[in-house]
Amino acid sequence: MRFMLLQNYGEVESDCPPIMEWAPGDIEAHIEFQQALNQELAERGELVDAQGLAGPELAKFVVSDGASAPVVTDGPFPESKELLAGYRLVDVETAGRAIEIAAQASAAPGAAGVPIRQPIEVREVMGAPLITDEPFPEA
Amino acid sequence: MNAAASIEGLLRDLAPRVLGAVVRRYGHFADAEDAVQEALLAAATTWPTDGEPDNPLGWLIRVAARRMADQYRRDDARRRREELAASWSLSRPDPAPERDDTLILMFMCCHPSLTPASAIPLTLRAVGGLTTREIAAAFLVPEATAAQRISRAKAKVKASDEPFELPPPGERAERLRCVLHVLYLLFNEGYASSGGPDLTRSDLSGEAIRLVRAVHADLPEDPEVTGLLALMLLTDARRPARTRADGELVPLAEQDRTLWDRHLIAEGVALVTEALRRGQVGEYQLQAAIAAIHDQAARDADTSWPEILSLYSLLERMTGNPMVTLNKAVAAAMVHGPAAGLALLDGLSAPLGDHHRLHSVRAHLLDLAGDSEAAVAQFRAAAARTTNLREQHYLTTKAARLAAQRAAE
Repeated sequence: MRFMLLQNYGEVESDCPPIMEWAPGDIEAHIEFQQALNQELAERGELVDAQGLAGPELAKFVVSDGASAPVVTDGPFPESKELLAGYRLVDVETAGRAIEIAAQASAAPGAAGVPIRQPIEVREVMGAPLITDEPFPEA
Repeated sequence: MNAAASIEGLLRDLAPRVLGAVVRRYGHFADAEDAVQEALLAAATTWPTDGEPDNPLGWLIRVAARRMADQYRRDDARRRREELAASWSLSRPDPAPERDDTLILMFMCCHPSLTPASAIPLTLRAVGGLTTREIAAAFLVPEATAAQRISRAKAKVKASDEPFELPPPGERAERLRCVLHVLYLLFNEGYASSGGPDLTRSDLSGEAIRLVRAVHADLPEDPEVTGLLALMLLTDARRPARTRADGELVPLAEQDRTLWDRHLIAEGVALVTEALRRGQVGEYQLQAAIAAIHDQAARDADTSWPEILSLYSLLERMTGNPMVTLNKAVAAAMVHGPAAGLALLDGLSAPLGDHHRLHSVRAHLLDLAGDSEAAVAQFRAAAARTTNLREQHYLTTKAARLAAQRAAE
């Protein structure tokens, strides 16, 4: 089963200040944590992809009707907290395992090493259906 | 068939025999498996240009043995080197592959300590002779991820410390169940995603059939092995008709039956008939018998639903699986009318909860009963809950068509 674990720039459930205000050592510890988590997932044979996205300052919104020139809006945006910051795509044996990984990611160390408690959105990726017997309609 | 493809086929067939011979001679299943993989890769690159050696099996065993020796020479662990030296001196000069090697390897790769998700890639590599790259492509994961899964699976097999031989007779039946279950899941993995853009994945069904054929060759008298092979053939026979050119699903009732593979059907029917004659009915035989009834109906209207209903009742009693009851409800609706089917669904809310298939079967039965408003709602509920993109397209379209029909009336 594949899951996309998404994190955006939204509110966190701790008193953690924005990363720009952290001590350098805390930032390093945070980055190391993320890398170690990716490494762990890779070693378990669960990691498909992990990417961080460039900041909302570089984001663009594109709207088109397919005929006239597209309308491109540059960031930053007032709703930037809802923008995606990064994701992990994992291939795991159970939905419970995806939740476990999300919990690990949510508890990434923030300022002074205190867990950030960032909400992680867990979404199953469409793919092969669960094993079924004689499906109806045959699928 | 071109030369490269025929060499590839030969290598896949030889893979378990090479591995069996190397493990017999030197032990160390996990390391031997790596060495055999390297030997297969070496053959795949050199044989097409240099030509096939006179004794391909001997060539592969020799190269794999050399790789193993090289690996241990590089290895710092003196103990392992000594172990190997000891086993070399004991080894026969040219060990003939044993008849049961493929079967023993299958039991090891489908060890009960492994989950199917680990057993499948290991089986594909060690018994099926696929490369890590091919396995990674089939499961749509990076090669490193596939490699990690295989080596973790091997570490578990190693930890189980099982001798390289058939499991003791008392455990054999249960262990065989594990093997068949893994192969069944492998087949489904390929079948569920066959057609359309996922062509590499549909090869997995072909691999599953090849591996079950190998087990069947070793255990021709086992009715469940025969039943599983029959089930796969009878299901695979419908593959050409079950997706449109654009990859969208075609339900069984609407399939162009002239596209079904007659040879596979004939073979599957013969196998399941032979298996059932032995009088030890099992779940794969029953599923195969149901598939055979579908396959033998020239038109959907010719389907013998009463027979299917009684087979599902047997299967339900044998497995207690609510998914079987779901299928039985469909058969009951075809025999006794939609109300009978819908009544059976009522008991499934507890075990199946909000499963999309419960919604989609209810939708079909409501549609049959003429309650299109409720059917539309159920089709939509199913579409929102499926995790399969094609199935979602099918269900969404079905809901939209039915809604449009209602609006027009």
